[in-house]
Amino acid sequence: MTVVNDSDTPEQLEAFQARIDAGETIEPKDWMPAQYRKQLVRMISQHAHSEIVGMLPEGNWLTRAPSLRRKKILLAKIQDEGGHGLYLYCAAETLGVDRTELIDQLHAGKAKYSQIFNYPSLNWADIGVIGWLVDGAAIVNQTMLAKTSYGPYSRAMIRICKEENFHKKQGYELLAQMMEGTKDQQAMVQDAVNRWWWPSLMMFGPSDKDSPNSKVLLKWKVKRKTNDELRQRFINMTVPQANAIGVKLPDPDLQFDEKTKNWNFGEINWDEFWAVVKGHGPCNVERLEARRAAHDEGRWVREAAEAYAEKHSGIKKAA
Amino acid sequence: MSTNGSSQGPLWEVFTQEKSGAPHEHAGSVHAPDAELALQNARDVYSRRNEACSIWVVPSEFITATAPADQDAFFDPSNDKIYRFPQHYSTPRGVKDL
Repeated sequence: MTVVNDSDTPEQLEAFQARIDAGETIEPKDWMPAQYRKQLVRMISQHAHSEIVGMLPEGNWLTRAPSLRRKKILLAKIQDEGGHGLYLYCAAETLGVDRTELIDQLHAGKAKYSQIFNYPSLNWADIGVIGWLVDGAAIVNQTMLAKTSYGPYSRAMIRICKEENFHKKQGYELLAQMMEGTKDQQAMVQDAVNRWWWPSLMMFGPSDKDSPNSKVLLKWKVKRKTNDELRQRFINMTVPQANAIGVKLPDPDLQFDEKTKNWNFGEINWDEFWAVVKGHGPCNVERLEARRAAHDEGRWVREAAEAYAEKHSGIKKAA
Repeated sequence: MSTNGSSQGPLWEVFTQEKSGAPHEHAGSVHAPDAELALQNARDVYSRRNEACSIWVVPSEFITATAPADQDAFFDPSNDKIYRFPQHYSTPRGVKDL
């Protein structure tokens, strides 16, 4: 559904669509429909929130990583996620919103972030599975978004995609190693995959027929593929990877279709998806509490830096 | 510089140089209370993998940019001066190294 804002004239909308159709990139100061701006602020801020909330399930395992190598990798990955959040908040700010406002909305429970981060990370193999499946799914989505029509979002995505590849590979390597280990280690991997597989498929969002924003986002080339197309692409690339390390994907209906060359899959539990999105996942409350605590506990650092800057600028002026 | 009453600090535009001799290119922006911290934040955000050997930070409010609406008129003076390009000129047949 295209909502025509009162201030957007049909001529403006037509000229904008012509730019989009010609493959031009929209930059912050260019004219854009109010709805385009609104949808982008929604998407980019949700994306930014997902990056920083996504640090939490992994942070859970930092002090319990089984080796120094794994600990350094995990630390670097979590630092990347924080960086990705910053790229994205900057991209959102080019649309005239303030980062503080967006963070306040997140902490007030008024903003959405990816449902996936409301699931707990229960064993060490979860860290591998998050890299392989969660970052793997994110890469499929973000590779598409790297070609989005909004310049700052596209540039942030290109940077992020480069770094996410390390996230996915370290996760898969971790799992491959565990699958060559003891029976207990193999069972841990299988347990983690069983719990994360379906929520990872839900990351692509509701099925196309239930995705109200998709049509206009495709028309404006904010998105270049539908949720279902991306989900299928992810499944097609993941099944052989699961087979290669001998882990079973928990879907009895998973079957290769010779005609379409796609892996057909079972019904996704959309009731679960909507429940988690609406705040009733296993960790929604815990995640927001951890975010708020991190923000509050960092307050003195921000205040000290500000006081130092103020004092320093006073000295400079006096000199 | 105002900080909007929040403690995230003003916005700085970040320019990074990939290797010595290359131009500094816009990488993105960061919030920071002063120039020193803006440089450190810029390093942490835009050069975690040796992407830069030099960084500039500039308060965003000090950047003046062309307006997209004036683009055609503003860049018009260079649009019709084809004689500024070497391809504009014909050379007698057989002449080399010109």
